[in-house]
Amino acid sequence: MRFMVIMIPGDKNVEKGAMPDAQTIDAMMKFNEELVKAGVMLAGEGLHPTSKGARIKFSGGKRTITDGPFTEAREIIGGYWLWQVKSKAEAVEWASRCPALEGDTLELRQVFEPADFGPEIAQKEAALMERIGKGIEKNQESGRK
Amino acid sequence: MVTAPSDTQRAIDAVWRIESARLIAGLARIVRDVGLAEELAQDALLTALERWPVSGIPDNPGAWLMTTAKHRALDELRRNQRLQRKHEELGHTIEATQPDLARDLEAALDDDVGDDLLRLVFTSCHPVLSSEARVALTLRLLGGLTTDEIARAFLVSEPTIAQRIVRAKRTLAEAQVPFEVPRGAALAARLSSVLEVVYLIFNEGYSATAGDDWMRPGLCEDALRLGRIIAGLMPDEPEVHGLVALLEIQASRAQARVGPSGEPILLLEQNRARWDRVLIGRGLAALMRAEQLGGARGPYALQAAIVACHARAATADDTDWPHIAALYAALVDLTPSPVVELNRAVAVAMAFGPAAGLAIVDTLTSNPALAEYHLLPSVRADLLFKLGRLDEARADFERAASLTRNARERDLLLARAANCTRASAP
Repeated sequence: MRFMVIMIPGDKNVEKGAMPDAQTIDAMMKFNEELVKAGVMLAGEGLHPTSKGARIKFSGGKRTITDGPFTEAREIIGGYWLWQVKSKAEAVEWASRCPALEGDTLELRQVFEPADFGPEIAQKEAALMERIGKGIEKNQESGRK
Repeated sequence: MVTAPSDTQRAIDAVWRIESARLIAGLARIVRDVGLAEELAQDALLTALERWPVSGIPDNPGAWLMTTAKHRALDELRRNQRLQRKHEELGHTIEATQPDLARDLEAALDDDVGDDLLRLVFTSCHPVLSSEARVALTLRLLGGLTTDEIARAFLVSEPTIAQRIVRAKRTLAEAQVPFEVPRGAALAARLSSVLEVVYLIFNEGYSATAGDDWMRPGLCEDALRLGRIIAGLMPDEPEVHGLVALLEIQASRAQARVGPSGEPILLLEQNRARWDRVLIGRGLAALMRAEQLGGARGPYALQAAIVACHARAATADDTDWPHIAALYAALVDLTPSPVVELNRAVAVAMAFGPAAGLAIVDTLTSNPALAEYHLLPSVRADLLFKLGRLDEARADFERAASLTRNARERDLLLARAANCTRASAP
């Protein structure tokens, strides 16, 4: 299963474009390296401050576009990861090892996969014919599937 | 921090999944036996299961487990030394195979964890073991799967897997397989054996039908994770990156292979919006690494390059068929196989027209290896149809239908055969 891990920095200065110190960057790089070496890391990026972003609000049939910064926002996302793990507990354990700073929060959200979309779909999938089950044969004719 | 028992249990399971391979690997180097190493690791886990619900999970759970296990390893070695001394007293000559305790523990503290993990990879995939045994042992020692999980994944009983693992450990011990990474001339063949295990696990998962136990498609994730771990341990080996690239890109199509009514969908007909772009990106990056390391012509890299061609095409019409045909030609040179040659024929037909493809297929029709392979007459029929040779096409569609074991596929082939009679020549 996959989890999106969202970093919500505690330090508001991040919004002003302040970069973390060398030690913090180093520690985070080592953490990312551990995730990569464990085969868990799928993706991960830092996000620019909201001043470089925009918001689109959908209301009353209209779209309202606002440029950043969004100073009134209580929780601003600083970055995200996408992890491949066996369980929520594993995602939590990895997240606990993140060299986060004082006040930081990590939010973990499971990513939807088609199997999550209810028993009806699962039933339909259960009627799947043997054809898709011929893994090796199909892999050998990889040009066709 | 004390949490509810079930939460702690799940947390401990998570710690085990993250730490167990390194733990077993580090212990294996000390005690020179993967079976004993796993026992010691399991003992440490049991101790954790007793203590952590009360004391909370330690800040560095991996180190805690290693320390606990090493104490037990020390005891084990001391016991054996006592035994050895006793034997000597009785006048028995024992080969001096006992490691020097102090030296080994010193080395164990200094040595790179990665090296140990790599030693464990090569040991659990040792060719003295059968494929089945290598797969089970690898999933157990490196994948952190329980015996039950492995059994469910391979549709066998738990005792079967348990026995398979016990026998595998015994075989390794009896063959006195050293706990080491092979060097020099031996490395290529041994690495090939490792990659084969990972690919087998992936294929087992890829072949799972949707009604199966979810451990089965989960094998694809397990294989991907193992592949990535090995790529991290051997970053300069192009074929490792080649295999990872192949797996990432094949896995990227997992959600597009099945239609809304559960019907299988051929690659060329898949909705490419459902292809996982994250995995494709990772696959293309891994392929590039393989190529940068000079490994573009390795068998896994070639297969990866073929699936990468499909992955890069925004629509089926955008597919670079001449490139795929060339890649298949290189692959057939490297690993001659009538099935690969048949795939080449399909690509050649798409690139240069059905006649060109048919010329290749016709060289395969008398190959005994393909005598019962339904895709041969199926491909031939398709090409004949495109060339307007409808009577011959119908005959081959019917032959293919008679050879396939899949009811839905048989229906499709018979429908195409019927279509030959109704269709007018193009």
